[in-house]
Order: sequence, then C-alpha cells, then structure tokens
Amino acid sequence: MKRPVSELELAETVAAAKGPLWVSGGGTRGFGAGNLSVAGLSGIELYEPGALTLVAKAGTPLAEVEAVLAAQRQRLAFEPMDHRALLGTVGEPTIGGVVAGNVSGPRRVQVGACRDALIGVRFVDGMGRVIKNGGRVMKNVTGYDLVKLMAGAFGTLGVLSEVSFKVLPMPEAEATLVCDGLDAAAAIAAMSSALGSPFEVTAAAQIGGQTRIRIEGMAASVAYRCERLLGLLGAGWQVGSGGLWTEVRDVLPFAGRDGAVWRVSVKPSDGPVLTAGLGIAHEVIYDWGGGLIWLLVEDFKDAGAAVIRKRVAGLGGHATLVRAGDEVRAQVSRFQPEPAPLAAISAGLRVQFDPRGILNPGLMG
Amino acid sequence: MQMPEPSARVLSQKTQIVTRLREILPEEAVIHGEFETRAYECDALTAYKCPPLAVVLPSSTAEVSAVLKLCHEMGVPVVPRGSGTSLAGGALPTADCVVLGVARLNDVLETDYDNRFIRVQSGRTNLSVTGAVEEEGFFYAPDPSSQLACAIAGNIAMNSGGAHCLKYGVTTNNLLGVTLVLMDGTVTQIGGAYLDSGGLDLLGLICGSEGQLGVVTEATLRILRKPEGARPVLIGFDSNEVAGACVSDIIKAGVLPVAIEFMDRPCIRATEAFAKAGYPDCEALLIVEVEGSEAEIADQLAVITKIARRHNPVELRESGSEEESAKIWLGRKSAFGAMGQINDYMCLDGTIPVTALPLVLRRISELSTQYGLDVANVFHAGDGNMHPLILFDANKAGDLELCEAMGADILKLCVQVGGCLTGEHGVGVEKRDLMFDQFSAQDLEVQLKVKDVFDPAWLLNPAKVFPLVATAARRLEAAE
Repeated sequence: MKRPVSELELAETVAAAKGPLWVSGGGTRGFGAGNLSVAGLSGIELYEPGALTLVAKAGTPLAEVEAVLAAQRQRLAFEPMDHRALLGTVGEPTIGGVVAGNVSGPRRVQVGACRDALIGVRFVDGMGRVIKNGGRVMKNVTGYDLVKLMAGAFGTLGVLSEVSFKVLPMPEAEATLVCDGLDAAAAIAAMSSALGSPFEVTAAAQIGGQTRIRIEGMAASVAYRCERLLGLLGAGWQVGSGGLWTEVRDVLPFAGRDGAVWRVSVKPSDGPVLTAGLGIAHEVIYDWGGGLIWLLVEDFKDAGAAVIRKRVAGLGGHATLVRAGDEVRAQVSRFQPEPAPLAAISAGLRVQFDPRGILNPGLMG
Repeated sequence: MQMPEPSARVLSQKTQIVTRLREILPEEAVIHGEFETRAYECDALTAYKCPPLAVVLPSSTAEVSAVLKLCHEMGVPVVPRGSGTSLAGGALPTADCVVLGVARLNDVLETDYDNRFIRVQSGRTNLSVTGAVEEEGFFYAPDPSSQLACAIAGNIAMNSGGAHCLKYGVTTNNLLGVTLVLMDGTVTQIGGAYLDSGGLDLLGLICGSEGQLGVVTEATLRILRKPEGARPVLIGFDSNEVAGACVSDIIKAGVLPVAIEFMDRPCIRATEAFAKAGYPDCEALLIVEVEGSEAEIADQLAVITKIARRHNPVELRESGSEEESAKIWLGRKSAFGAMGQINDYMCLDGTIPVTALPLVLRRISELSTQYGLDVANVFHAGDGNMHPLILFDANKAGDLELCEAMGADILKLCVQVGGCLTGEHGVGVEKRDLMFDQFSAQDLEVQLKVKDVFDPAWLLNPAKVFPLVATAARRLEAAE
C-alpha cells in the first residue's frame, strides 16, 4: 500500500505507477483497502466562517472537518452519509471519499448534493499531473466546471488531493413531523405537498413504516412552520422526537442484515411505481421525498439487477448496487449502464484524464 | 481584442453552405444577407462586432441536429446564441461562422408541481419560466439581471447566477437535465426529473461550458414554492471596510439572507440622480433581504439590524410595506441603467473571498486614480461576486483600451486575493486572455482535452474561453 503524505509525493507515486491504482481514503465505502491511500494527505488548510468556506486536504477525516465546523456553529449542509454500519466496514471516513462518491444525505433535497457544495478541487490525473479547478469562492464560472465532474467520479479521472466547500450555518432549532402507517403512494403525496409548500422542509423520508418531515431554522420559525405543515398534512401527523435522521442518512434498518442493497434515484412519484411491480421480495426506505429509494433484496443470482435496472431505465433514473456478496458482484456492475452516446463521452473523458487506464480501472465502466 | 482570421475555405463556400442550410430549414429560418446578419453581429458586449456568415433559427431539436450535422460535415464553425445578452461576448460571431439562435425554441414541454420541475425548450426566457409556474405559487430561482430577456440556453451555457443565489444557488444547482445536441448532430439526454447522475456528472460539466461542448435544446429545471413574503433592510455606512465587516458578521451569525447587495458612493450618487430612490448619501450601502412569514421576517431582521447597529450605521431603514420594499430595491435595480446614462461602462464580474472585500475595494479605488477612470461598485456581497463598473467614453480615442487595461488589473487582483475572473457572466472573449492568470498551462490543457472529447473538430464556439494561443493548433486544424 502506497501512502503519500503530500500532493507532490502523490503525483510522483501516480507518475511512477506501472499498474492499476486502487485509490482509497478511509476505506469505509465498500471499495476495499486499495493500494494507494490518500489518508496521509490530511489537514484543514483554510476555514473562514465569515466567508462560509473551508478547504481541506483530501485525506482529512470527515469527523475532523465536522468538528471544526461545529465549533463555529456551521456544517457541511449536504449531510454526508456514513457507510460503515450499512457496509460493515471499519476505518475513518475522509472528506476526499465523500467527494469521490458525491455522498449526500437527507438534506440533499433542499440544499443540494455534495457536488453543489463543492467549490474547488486539486487532483492528480492518471499521468501524475497536478490539476486545479474552481477555487475557494462560491460563485465561479471561470473555465469548465471540472469540480462537478470530479464529484462522483470515484477516483477514475484523478486522485483528489484537496477539496473546497461552501459551508452553511447550523440552525438554531430542528423538528420532525411524523405519521405512521401511510402506504408508499400516500407517503410520497404527503412529502410532495410538504416539499412543495413555502415552509422550507429540509428532509422528507419514509422509513420503517413511518413518514418523516424535517424543518430547521430559528426556534420561533420552526414552531410556526410545524404548525402550518400540520394543518397542511391533515390527520395522523404529530411532532416526533429528536434524533430521527441518522438512521435515514445511514440506512440503518438495512445494517447488519443479510441481503444486497440498491440505491435508486428516480422522480419521487415514480417510487411506488417502481417498487410495486418488481416481482422480487424486498424492503424499501424512501428518502428525498421519494426520489431516493433504498432497496434490500435477496443477495442471490443478480440481486434483481435485470428487473430493477430495466424498470429504472424506463422511468428515468439510475440504480447503484451499493452492497452485495462476491457472487452477485461478479455478474452485476455497480453502476447503471449509460446510454451509448453518454458512455462514449464518459469513456472519452477517462482516456483524456487517465490515458494509461490505471485509476480504479473498470470501476465505473 | 483579437479574433482569429476567418477560414478562407469556409468563406469561399458561403453559397453552398447557405444552399444546404436552406434544404434542411424553412426559408425564413436561414438569414444570410449582408444587412440581415448585422442584427447578430454582437451580444451585450457591444464593444466588439462581427457579422456572421449566416444565422439559422431552428424550431426543433431535430432541426438543430440537422444544422450541426451539416456544419460538422462541411467544417463550418458554429456559434450558439440564446438571447444575445452575454456581457462577456459569449455569442460574438466570427466572419466564418453560422450563428445558431435558439430563440424559436421557447415552448413549455411539461410542468410537474408534485415532483417540482418544469421542462422547457432552451430558448425560453428566464423570467417566462417563472411566468409559466407562478400561478401555482412556484418560481425558478436563478435570477440574472437580464432575466426579462436572457434565455435558459444562455443561462446554462454561462451557469448564470443572480441576486438571490446566496440562498438558492446558481443555474447548475437548479438544473436537473438537458437535451444536448453534439456537434456531429448526435442527440443525447443527460439527467432528467431525478436527482444526481448515475455515471460521471456530465450535466455539471455542460453547465457553464459556454456553448463549446454541445447545444442545449431542452432543459429540466427545479422549481420552488414561493416564500410567503420577503422584505429588505437598507443599511448605510461611512466606510466600505465597515460595510464589508458587517456582511461577514451577518453571515457568521447564522442567518442566511436571500440576498446581500452592496453599492458604493459613486454608484449611490448616480442611481440617486437617476432613480430618486431616497438613498442616503454615504460611502457604502447594503440591501439585505430575508424571506418567510411576517413573524419570521421580523425575527431575522431583528438579528440583522442588531449586528448592523454594532457597526454604527449612518442609516438603517427597515421596509415596513410593499411600497417601501420596492423603493429600497428601486435604486439597486436601476443601477446599471443609471450608470449607462452617465457614460459608457464596462461591467466586471470577478469574485473574491468576502473577507477580502475591504482590501479589494481600496485597491480598485487606487487603480481608478491611477488610470483616471471612475469606477462604481454594485455587487452581490454575500457571495463575494463583485461588479465594478468602469466608466469610459467610447468616442474618445484610447479610452476603451485604457478601460480594458484597468479591468484586467482589477481581475488579476481578484485572482491574487484568492478569487476568480468571473463569477456569473462567463469568460467569453472578454476574459479569455486572462485565463493564464488564473490557471497553469496544465490546468487549461485538461479543459481543452474535455472539449476534444465532445467536439473533436473544434467547431463549436472555438475562439472563446481559452487564450487564442492555447487553442491555435486545434483551431487551425479545423479551419483547413
């Protein structure tokens, strides 16, 4: 395992590589330990609370970033998921891993994904060249936006060495409205009406038969919006307890259980359409108002890949196989295959960024 | 400002090109006369003009595809154009190009309030997107100043922002999907009514690529429910530094206003003379707007005014009614018009870290003295997106060049303090030659390689964004 401690050393390591490099941060997101770790590139390089910006080396532990922000009552608003429980991994999640996977949580539905908060990157391409794009300001249209491209590229276009974020203030108060026993269609209709209201819902999920809607902000404002939303949603809704969102963010009901796990993105109203006709046994959690579907299915044969991916492609969206045993992995690709013209563009970009094809080869297609 | 020599080969084929364009488009959709093409000789960066070889106005994705396929086959450069409101020369033609205007593509294709999106053809204007959904209480958030005229296609090409993006983000944060036609005519769909892409984030790459990677003909946009209300407070200070510090303190306090606008004394005086909004005569003025119910607005404004008072404002005027709100915004909204009354001006768009605001304003003032050109500042302070307006006289020999030199110095300053050349207008031709000040040759080369993938023949808007010297080899190969 190579473990460079500076960007320069990282660049030299990549330039000198003779074979595939399997890049890892904290090794918590189910891609194995790899043979090139960026965990040695660690530390927060700049944090300006008054400008809402933070710059960190890619291997900085996520927990360190979150602690530094919390001390100023700020946060990464996109609420990155911790994969350790779901995937049964150990280790320390890194900020670079969050970016490489474009990992976002329940608040994505209101404030955007990791890629929306990301304002700058430095990375080492497949030839060992150090490239920068974006910067540390939140409005920047200077040249092509490779920042977005690097978010969710899973290290296939370059190895991240530094990432910059727009951060947001932590709200003074939070409340969750809950309703038990709604079927999927009713839950999604309720979540849609809440998300389509002026009351700034910051998360909407259905988990374990309970539908949940979160409101955050100044205390008086949260109280006011709770009241208005209760009026809008009708009977059966009440104010729930605190601490209801970690289990949604981290998909905890599927942790420590047998089965393969799919993560599906579709338009919210398509959620029940997709799950109703699958024809395979499954459990489901809806996040993002129904637009993000977590499916637990039997870890057997193709884990339902053929039917899930066909239906998702028909509806518009994509399905990622997040967790599966070796037998399923051997026959099912992790990511939804792309239509031919997009696959050709993506392959073309990989050749330009990594002409030798050594960065996580084959991981994305 | 230099533009490349037009290709002699293309110019000599004008008749064949026009004939073939007329085979695939209705007669009135192909404009090629010497006088008629003049209407397309520039965009809102009017200092530079050049009539194109021809203009086409397709009415469908299929027609756009046919035009691009033909131009690809004949090796003709194409300059895509939305409404021609670019301040950076993004739609400036070359003599050997076909301008592809999307103005006729302006239909609403789908509105879906449950799933909170609208799908439109890309020639539709920004404001008319909101117009299509406001009866149901929804709006499209990005709000560039030109929103009455500018097209969604141009918003996507430039990743446009606006005054309210502190809270709602810019175009890329509100774009869910596009229909993109590649230079060879291939029609592709990227994204859709769902969140985040499955593979590489090509949607994020397309947005802000200044029409160099493909032509967007349809867009799926996120729509939001309108807030219950909004109200601004106007705060005047006797120094730019103090106003800058106040902005930083408001942000740190945890309230996130929907907009924080900044005007300096030259701008305040000009707009006051023009619009008579009743602004105080002070060094710096902030307009801070918050949203919500009446009680929520009052709570947030209480926090903001408390912070402002710590900085000893010379004026603090909280709007108490619709009319007062309109009056507070009146001056800000007429600022550009007011400056235009006084003189010709060049509007810059550099972004800086908010913390560098006092330093940058002081340096701009020094540069103003050094060059002998007046500067007025009016900008989005919350996100550090500056808009210095340099006043000059277009009829005075040498004044434009002087203004350009001063603009370049200001933009280099923005980069030096950790910012960038352009926050929302785009590079176009205007800032093209400053790209080496922000990027290394290697940083730029990887961007050129991205274009190689989408447009290997380098025919789409080829003379923009990058310094001509950096793209010369690729463009010359295409021109032959």
